[in-house]
Amino acid sequence: MSIIIFSILFVVGFYFFTKNILQVRSNILLGQKKKITDNTSERWKTMLLVALGQKKMFSRPIPALLHLCLYAAFIITQIELVEIFTDGFIGSHRFFLPYLGSFYVFMISFIEVLSVLALIATIIFLARRNLLKLHRLNMKELIGWPKKDANLILIMEIFLVTFIFTMNGADEAIQNLKGASYNFAISSHIANFIFGDFNEHTLHVLEQIGWWGHLLMVFTFLNYLPFSKHFHILLAFPNTYYSNLEKKGKFSNLASVTEEVKKMMDPSIDPFAATNAENEAPLRFGAKDVTDLTWKNLLDSYTCTECGRCTSSCPANQTGKLLSPRKIMMDTRDRLVEVGEGKRKNGKDYTDGKSLLGDYITEEEIWACTSCNACVQECPVNIDPLSIIIDLRRYLVMEESKMPSELTGMLTNIENNGAPWQFSPADRGNWINE
Amino acid sequence: MSSVFKVHTMAEMMANGETPDILFWVGCSGSFDDRAKKITKAVAKILHHCNVKFAVLGAEESCTGDPAKRAGNEFTFQMQAMMNIQVLDAYEIKKIVTACPHCFNTLKNEYPELGGKYEVIHHTQLIQDLINQGKLALEGSQIYKGKKITFHDPCYLGRANDIYEAPRVLIEKLDAELIEMKRCKTNGLCCGAGGAQMFKEAEKGNKEINVERTEDAIETNASIIATGCPFCNTMMTDGVKNFNKEQDIQVLDVAELIANAADL
Repeated sequence: MSIIIFSILFVVGFYFFTKNILQVRSNILLGQKKKITDNTSERWKTMLLVALGQKKMFSRPIPALLHLCLYAAFIITQIELVEIFTDGFIGSHRFFLPYLGSFYVFMISFIEVLSVLALIATIIFLARRNLLKLHRLNMKELIGWPKKDANLILIMEIFLVTFIFTMNGADEAIQNLKGASYNFAISSHIANFIFGDFNEHTLHVLEQIGWWGHLLMVFTFLNYLPFSKHFHILLAFPNTYYSNLEKKGKFSNLASVTEEVKKMMDPSIDPFAATNAENEAPLRFGAKDVTDLTWKNLLDSYTCTECGRCTSSCPANQTGKLLSPRKIMMDTRDRLVEVGEGKRKNGKDYTDGKSLLGDYITEEEIWACTSCNACVQECPVNIDPLSIIIDLRRYLVMEESKMPSELTGMLTNIENNGAPWQFSPADRGNWINE
Repeated sequence: MSSVFKVHTMAEMMANGETPDILFWVGCSGSFDDRAKKITKAVAKILHHCNVKFAVLGAEESCTGDPAKRAGNEFTFQMQAMMNIQVLDAYEIKKIVTACPHCFNTLKNEYPELGGKYEVIHHTQLIQDLINQGKLALEGSQIYKGKKITFHDPCYLGRANDIYEAPRVLIEKLDAELIEMKRCKTNGLCCGAGGAQMFKEAEKGNKEINVERTEDAIETNASIIATGCPFCNTMMTDGVKNFNKEQDIQVLDVAELIANAADL
C-alpha cells in the first residue's frame, strides 16, 4: 500500500515539477536570441567557482558562513533522499545500511551534523529578517509577497530538518528498546531524551511521520521552487555558466545600429537593398518590455534570490534615489511571468498593453544609474542588472527621444562639435600652448 | 609650456614623415576642462621627460562616444566610433594611451567589434612601465614623503577593467603612505559621474553621491585624494569643497603626483 502511495506522490510530484520548469523555460525563451557558446572551459570554471564554490558570497563573511551551512546540508541531504526514494519504491527500511556498514553511520552522522548547523543558520536568518530587521532584507521592494516568500522558505527548512530528526530519533529509540543503536552523531544522543517514554508502536508511527513528512516537504519544496526566489538553488548553475566573461566595462554594440551607421557612412551602399536576414532591424531599438531583453537577462531575473547585495552597494540607492538593482530584477521576472501567462491563456500574439518600462520600472529609476558596475560585481550568482538598465535607456532615447533635458544638450554637442560640451573642435589642442 | 617642449599632432608628425610610438588620446575633459588640462599637461611632461615619441590628434580628435553610449544613444556612439576609427586607421595608430578611464574603456573594449583594434593603456599603466624600464626615477624625491594619500578607484578603471594595482604602485613609489578607504578596489564607491551623470542633475535623493564618497576619503585623514579620472577629479574636488576642506585636502591625479615628484 505505502509503495503505491509513494509511487503516486513521486510521479505527481515530478510531473508538476517538470511542467513548471518547462513553463519557466518557455518564458525565458520569450527573450531575444543571444549566442553564448564560446569559452566552454572558462564557463565550467566560472560555474564551479561561483555557483558550486560560492566564491562571491564570501565578500560578506557572516551571511556567507550561515548560507554555507544551509547549502552544504542541502547538497549532502540529497544522498539520504536517494535512500528515501529507494525505500519508498521497494518498501525497504534503510536500504543502504547493510551494504555500507560503518560508512553509512558516518554518512548519516555527517548529514545530521550539517542539519543541526542548517537549523541554527535558519533560525539566525529568520532573526536577521524579522527581529534584527536588517535594512537590506527589509527594503520597500520586499514588502508583501517577497518577504513572505523568504520566511516561508526558512520555515519549510525548519520542517525539513525537524522531520529528519523525528525519523532518525524515533528509529534510534526503537533500536534502543532492543538494546542496540545506530550510533548516528546526533540522533543517538537525543533519542532517549525525546523519544524514551514512547512504546514501540508509537515510535513506529513517529518514524513514519518523519519519513513521510520529510518526503512531502521535499515534493512541496520542489514544486514551490519555480514560483519562488528560492529557484536560485537550481538556476545559479546555468546562470553562472552563461556569465558575461568580458570586461564589465564593455557594453554590447547594437548590431542593428551598426548596419544603419555603416549605410550612413558609405554612400556606395544601396539603402534599399534587401538586408541580410540575420541583421534585420529588430522591432525596436533597446528594450521596452521583457520580450525585447535577451534570454540571458530573463534567466538572470529568475535566478535572482532577492538578497539585495546589489542594491546595498548601489551608489544611487545609498544616496536615497529610487533606483534599486534588485527591484529591476524582480520587476523583470514579475513582468515576464505576467507576459508568459497571458500568452499561454490567449495565444502567442497576445499583448496586454502593459510594459516593463512604465508599468513596472519608471524612467526616474533608470536615469539614476551611474553604470558603476557595483551591482554586477556584488551579485553572488553573476546577474547583470546594468545591461537591462542600459537597454531600457536605449529604448527611451532612440525610440522615444525621452531623456533628461541636459542629456539632450550633451548629445547635440557630441553630434555637432565632437565633445559633450559646447567647445569648438578647433580648440582641442589649446592646452598645448596654454 | 610651449617654451619647454613642443607637443606634436599626428598631422605634423606625418608631414615630417615621422611615426610616433604611441598616440596620447587626450579626451574631451582633458582638452577643454581647465582642471583636467593640468592632468593632460602632467602626462605630456612625463612622456616628454622619458623620451617617449608621442603625438596627439589635436583638432582631429573627437569624443569617443562614451557618454552617448551610457546615456542609451547607440547611434551617436557608433557614429563617433566609426569616425574616430577612420582617423586612427588613417594614421595607422597601433598603441594609444589615455588619461581618461572612460575613453580607455571605450577604445579598448567597444571599438574592436566596430573595426578599431588598438593596444590601449591607461596612463597609470604607462607610467608604471616607464618607471620599471628605468626611464623615470623618483628616488630622492621628498615632496610626498610620508604624506597620507588615499586612492579613489575610478569605476571604469577598476571594476570595469580590473586595474587596481598600477595607480597604487605609483603612489607607493612616492614614498607616501597609501591609506585605503573603507570601500576600495572592487568595493569602491562611484564618484557619481559615470553613466552620463556628469552631464545632468542627479535624480531626487537625500544626498549627492560625491558627498558620500568624499566622506569615505575624509575618514582616512589623508591630505591628498589621488585618482586617475578627470571626472572623478571634478566630483571629488566638489565634494571636498562641500565640506570646506579645500585647505586641508588636495585632489590630484596620479600623473600630477608623479610629475610633481619628478620635478617636471
